[in-house]
Amino acid sequence: MADPMRIRAQAAGDKVTVRVLMSHEMETGQRKDAAGKTVPAWFIQEVTAAHNSKPVLSAEWGPGVSKNPFLQFAVKGAKAGDKIAVTWKDNKGDTRTDEATVT
Amino acid sequence: MQTRRETIQQSMVVAGLLASAGFPQFAHAAFNKNGFDAKSVQDAVKAYGGGNIAESKDVTVTGPDIAENGAVVPLGASTSLSGVKQLLVLVEKNPSALIAMFHVSDAVDANFLTRAKMGQSSDVYAVAIMADGKALFAKKEVKVTLGGCGG
Repeated sequence: MADPMRIRAQAAGDKVTVRVLMSHEMETGQRKDAAGKTVPAWFIQEVTAAHNSKPVLSAEWGPGVSKNPFLQFAVKGAKAGDKIAVTWKDNKGDTRTDEATVT
Repeated sequence: MQTRRETIQQSMVVAGLLASAGFPQFAHAAFNKNGFDAKSVQDAVKAYGGGNIAESKDVTVTGPDIAENGAVVPLGASTSLSGVKQLLVLVEKNPSALIAMFHVSDAVDANFLTRAKMGQSSDVYAVAIMADGKALFAKKEVKVTLGGCGG
């Protein structure tokens, strides 16, 4: 299974800036391996985030997002101690959720 | 008689169907293949219900002027407008122009940053699709010294 995501959620004023680093190959499906065979597409398609279990973000990604994807967004009305959970789902159906507490 | 493997596989398919029908507050299809298959910026925008794109000072695209490494180019999209439903990040000359689509909800700022692969120097677009389907964009040229699609 993939490595855990690194999530940093920092409160500033009435917003929390969330930075996530996910661990994923993000193959475009265009690359050829050493033997000349095309490496099949394997990439995160959906990313969702929840603040204290309430969905706040939903995004669709394509293979153009870099390997080990980085994402930054800001949640309104969140404060220190709140929980931010980030979930990704890739085109093979694998999924992963990690959680962080806002500092 | 069904093997257990088949039962699990079938229930995963059903779960997948249910999952793609979920998220009523966002009211969208699980993964819009048309958007990511689109070859042009305008086609990708149309796939999400946007109209003809029009340049706007209220949308901002952020990115470096020159990207040393096309595999990892920080790109951001933001807008000060309210009533935005979706923010899209696109790289015009990539094989698949659409990089990412973010649903904008009341709970988040319409401001997202991610890192994308760029195959060559290209215009990068941030497109905001409003609730009424209007599509507003900002673009910026990002020069790439080393292409990032593994070619």
